Amino acid sequence: MSVAILRQGDYLIASIQSDLSDSEVVALRHELAELVGRHRSRGIVIDVAALEVIDSFVARALRAIVLTARLRGADTVIVGIQPDVAIAMVQFRLNLEPLRVALDLDAATALLDRLTQGDTKDGG
Amino acid sequence: MEGEVRVAINTDADLVTARAEGRAMAERLGFPRPDPTLIATAISEVARNIVVHVGQGEIVLKALDEAHRYGLIVIASDKGPGIRDVDAALRDDYSGRGGLGLGLPGARRLMDDFQVASDADTGTTVTMKKWRFRDELARLREERRNRD
Repeated sequence: MSVAILRQGDYLIASIQSDLSDSEVVALRHELAELVGRHRSRGIVIDVAALEVIDSFVARALRAIVLTARLRGADTVIVGIQPDVAIAMVQFRLNLEPLRVALDLDAATALLDRLTQGDTKDGG
Repeated sequence: MEGEVRVAINTDADLVTARAEGRAMAERLGFPRPDPTLIATAISEVARNIVVHVGQGEIVLKALDEAHRYGLIVIASDKGPGIRDVDAALRDDYSGRGGLGLGLPGARRLMDDFQVASDADTGTTVTMKKWRFRDELARLREERRNRD
């Protein structure tokens, strides 16, 4: 798998290491949904800096990851969208709701800290 | 002289190759940022349409060379059943099988020229081009170098 997933406290950090095929993106969704439960994670950061493109499929898959993780009790923040990729996404008119993005890992964990503040930590 | 690059499209892994080849060729031809990424994204969409709707096809990339502009042409072809309503497929609200409605109109917005030819007998061919006007100064210098 070309994604390294690390556990950092209550969060999972998924760093995409190279451009991904569609099936690898789908596999990432399943793996994150699984890991959120296993580690009782409250937040996910996905670093997409290595993605060559974010096209309609990848955007939809990221959205699905966010919604799936939310049903498992975790918030997700996307980081590392490259400048050219951001321009392409706007020109393409991709709808990114409800994606939350941050510029880098520090900003992402700060955002997650705010989002998960006040959540109850003891899950059933 | 820049040749042509052919990428067989049979599985979703081939999309990764097709967009990498598209980006590499755009960079070799001198396209400035963000064009290589725009081209790679458009290639990704038309290649995925082949994988999802037909199963196999081909992407051909070629350099275009004119006096005042250079370009890149992408030809994505398959021998599938064709798109029943091409105009509808190019509309933003259209959602064909697999819900890839956004794909073609999005790809069209990333390129300068975009054409779809499709019928049930010959399959579908998407032809799209990206152009850049040559830097006039660079062109004159090059002409002079070639004369010397």
